[in-house]
Amino acid sequence: MDDEPLVRWYWIGDHLGYLGDLTADHAVIALVPVLIGLLLALPLGLVCARFPRLYQPLAAVFNVVYALPSLAVFVVLIPYTGLATRATVMVPLTFYALAVLLPTTVDGLRAVPEPVRQAATAMGYGPWHRLAAVELPASVPYLVAGLRVAAVSSISLASVGALVGRGGLGYLFIDGFQRTFPTPIVAGIALIAVLALATDVVLVTARRLLAPWAVREKAVTR
Amino acid sequence: MNWLSWLSDFFGSPDRRSGPDSILNRIAEHLALSAEALFYASLLAIPLGLLIGYTGRGVTVVTAMAGATRALPTLGLVTLAVLLAGVGDTAVLLPLVALAAPPLLVAAVEGVRDTDPDVRDAARGVGMTHRQVLLGVCLPSALPALLAGLRTATVQVIATATVAAYVGLGGLGRYVIDGLATRDYAVTVGGALLVVLLAVAAQLFFALLARYALPPGVRAQRRSD
Repeated sequence: MDDEPLVRWYWIGDHLGYLGDLTADHAVIALVPVLIGLLLALPLGLVCARFPRLYQPLAAVFNVVYALPSLAVFVVLIPYTGLATRATVMVPLTFYALAVLLPTTVDGLRAVPEPVRQAATAMGYGPWHRLAAVELPASVPYLVAGLRVAAVSSISLASVGALVGRGGLGYLFIDGFQRTFPTPIVAGIALIAVLALATDVVLVTARRLLAPWAVREKAVTR
Repeated sequence: MNWLSWLSDFFGSPDRRSGPDSILNRIAEHLALSAEALFYASLLAIPLGLLIGYTGRGVTVVTAMAGATRALPTLGLVTLAVLLAGVGDTAVLLPLVALAAPPLLVAAVEGVRDTDPDVRDAARGVGMTHRQVLLGVCLPSALPALLAGLRTATVQVIATATVAAYVGLGGLGRYVIDGLATRDYAVTVGGALLVVLLAVAAQLFFALLARYALPPGVRAQRRSD
């Protein structure tokens, strides 16, 4: 390590295609679970917003889920999903995403002021119509705030999957460490940061288009 | 699945009762590493967060930076730190502190900013200095938020400290990594289970703390994190 520079640029130049493949794999492993998490969080959030009694125990369960160490969960799943498969990494990531998205969905649906809700009812909106035309649009800023956290965490967490044989860009960390060669590690960290930033820009743009009236989002403390 | 036989293999082995690979020793290593990281992160993030929250300067920057650190992959930081600084606690502490500091910082900032402005004005009105208001009024009312932030940070650090074993350090991650390396799933799964239990125990500890250890004045408000 004494005379090894932090980055050997020629290595990056020689492996551009390879790095691209890893990035694509990483994006699938990290972001598909977030999408599935969102599709699960919407109906679950609706049910929870309607029946608060159900929400308390569910929130407690997901609090625990969020605390589970990713590496440990990957390992425990291996006997069922196999070593070095995408599923081993994607199943836990889906649950992590859901653990972040469920509270934000419920908060969003509850954020509609009561007078607005009553006004919608008075204008003849039924419960479903009101949900689609009032509550769901109003919860977009909350959803996006949750999605930003979930997506970035997922992108960072997915690299740990490399320890069980399937972690997209995380493989670069193991490769670089085993060969005492820092270049792939630096490249991996940089690409993960770029992927996270790109995802974040997409989400913020989506919020600007879908909810142009939203100014300040609520901070998600996770 | 032969879960039961795995677990009995793992927990029944004499290596788990005494010596460097015993369960108690590994848990102690794990907790020591986590506590050290949390201590440095608190030292760094909480005073800074209180100041930023009180003055209201740089809140946007801090929130954005806290979000950005979420993107840093711990495994990458740990491996890189070891290559640059050699195997040792420093190499792992740095990434763990980077992981724990943002939730603490955000919690401190939000906690101070959520202080009832009327109470803050009243405190100034009876002649308290800024320092007295911050330490005597804002800090106590930020305690629930700080505790929630500390809980998030602790749980994340305990979970992530597992990765430290990959670069040759101790802690419960040893079981997971060594088991994977030797294809001995009994050890891997046993270690994974212990990390999960430790993380859940930490959650419970903080839940109890939030219920019983806060001053009565701020305990009443139920917070959802």
